Amino acid sequence: MLYSLAGVVLFTLGLYGVVVVPHPLRKVLAFNVAGTGVFLFLTSMAHRVRAPFPDPVPHAMVLTGIVVAVSATALALLLICRLHELSTRSPVNPDDRR
Amino acid sequence: MIGADGIPYSPWPAFVVAAPLVAACAMIVWRRGSAAFGVLCSLLVSGLVLALAHQVFLLGPQHMEIGGWKAPLGIQLRADGPAVGMLCITALVGVFASLYAAAYFAPGAAGGAPHGDASFFWPLWMILWAALNALFLSADIFNLYVALEIVGLSSVTLVALSHDKDAVPAALRYLLVSLLGSLSYLMGVALLYGAAGTLGVSSLAGALTPAPFAYAALSLMTAGLVMKSALFPLHFWLPPAHANAPAPVSALLSALVVEASFYVLLRLWFEVFGGILPAGAALLPGLLGAAAIFWGSVQALTARRLKLLIAYSTVAQMGYLFLVFPLGTEPGAAGVAWNAALYFIVAHACAKAAVFLAAGNVLRAFGHDRIRELRGAVQHLPVSMFAFGIAGVSLVGLPPSGGFIAKWLFLSAALRGERWGFVAVILLGGFLATAYIFRFFSHAFRYVPEGPRCGSVPRSMEWSALALALFSIVLGLTATPVLDWMQTGLAVMEPPEGGCLP
Repeated sequence: MLYSLAGVVLFTLGLYGVVVVPHPLRKVLAFNVAGTGVFLFLTSMAHRVRAPFPDPVPHAMVLTGIVVAVSATALALLLICRLHELSTRSPVNPDDRR
Repeated sequence: MIGADGIPYSPWPAFVVAAPLVAACAMIVWRRGSAAFGVLCSLLVSGLVLALAHQVFLLGPQHMEIGGWKAPLGIQLRADGPAVGMLCITALVGVFASLYAAAYFAPGAAGGAPHGDASFFWPLWMILWAALNALFLSADIFNLYVALEIVGLSSVTLVALSHDKDAVPAALRYLLVSLLGSLSYLMGVALLYGAAGTLGVSSLAGALTPAPFAYAALSLMTAGLVMKSALFPLHFWLPPAHANAPAPVSALLSALVVEASFYVLLRLWFEVFGGILPAGAALLPGLLGAAAIFWGSVQALTARRLKLLIAYSTVAQMGYLFLVFPLGTEPGAAGVAWNAALYFIVAHACAKAAVFLAAGNVLRAFGHDRIRELRGAVQHLPVSMFAFGIAGVSLVGLPPSGGFIAKWLFLSAALRGERWGFVAVILLGGFLATAYIFRFFSHAFRYVPEGPRCGSVPRSMEWSALALALFSIVLGLTATPVLDWMQTGLAVMEPPEGGCLP
């Protein structure tokens, strides 16, 4: 119960960060906080079933979710790098951006 | 072989998802000659989709468990009428967009600024296609999340392919919105799993009770999907992303990707939450949809660039789709409203892809797409302008186009439910669409005696736009068989007693 509450709190904080904070890098960090909140909440769901061992399904979901979050973060960081490059260097020749 | 719920077992759904994935891997390994290979792969995937469609048509809905793993851990695929309808329209738009892209990304193409890199376009588009197919076929809400996320990531990367200087900020904004949307959806999945202990779309429907958990899940998932399908106050990311992407990408995103998240929302509302929807909850998406129709149309009327005009038209057209929620929950109108929404998706996909491809031709020929400076476009690009015109007929909703049938179904659902406000919105939206389409024509069809100064456009780019436009008319003429067939195995058509869909 405590873990699920903590998950919800992290999720809300992260969402707030993604919406409110202006800097893109901080937005990505906030997204990761929110993601962690969801994963914590999901993991805590595994314990709700009254059984001798925890439910494996939420774990499978969290693992998949982490993979997705990592690749999404990588893509976001790449785009931020590209954005930074564009804003510091005036795009005279659009061909040599990569 | 018969599955657990009496639905025949078939491996075809897995082929439809796996084929584009394998193609994408092959394209990443061998970068050379990818255009011809890409077109070949798109034809192959379409062939598989047709084979699956043929099976569903003959045998009814198909069901499959990948690798034989059972429900909560295994991946379940389900092919019924609406899913196969979406697969087919994806294949149709996909084939013509691929033909178009083969010429668009050709090395050393004459005229226009250098555009994105073909060796990245093809694998990304195949991944997007695989994810879309997986999304339409998924039978559990967690796989839907994974598919949504892959759709989102590949679309963002496709937008970033453009060398337009506004494309990178647009792509980043699109990525953040898409991530926020899917995270919100995932939280909803977690809540639903906590409440019901199951993930399957069909098993959830019976397991849900009207409790706070279920309502929290409903609002989180709806908020996430609404964000991804760009409903009015959350549409801000769509116009820059769709307007700055390369032309075939704009067509794919506007025609298929936004509709895909709407499709998920549609199935969730009517199939999972159908029994526990609180009275009046469906009004909110409907009102926002009505606002989207007006706001999108007004923005399209004032847009300076052609592609921005079309992107705002997508915002307006998505508004119509959200009318299905208030209309579909009216007693006796559920079937008509579902038909209307499905047909609207199909008709809009054809027409919008055609319009974006035609706009891509204009951009290629003139080197810009500022509407005021496009005089004489019809002298130089008669085929593209003809395609734009025909697809415009469908977007406006004039007979005999597919758009007309879809709007007519929406109107009859609204009339049957005696929702006069929505009747007025649907009719007014048609007038506004006419206004923004003709605003472009008033410039493009002006005669310039010396002829406009512009470059040439490959013939295959012009004809693939026209082919899609013609399909949007064909959809108007073949509505009855297509609709009958898209209802295969749809539970909403024979709703149970006691639910909110009597």
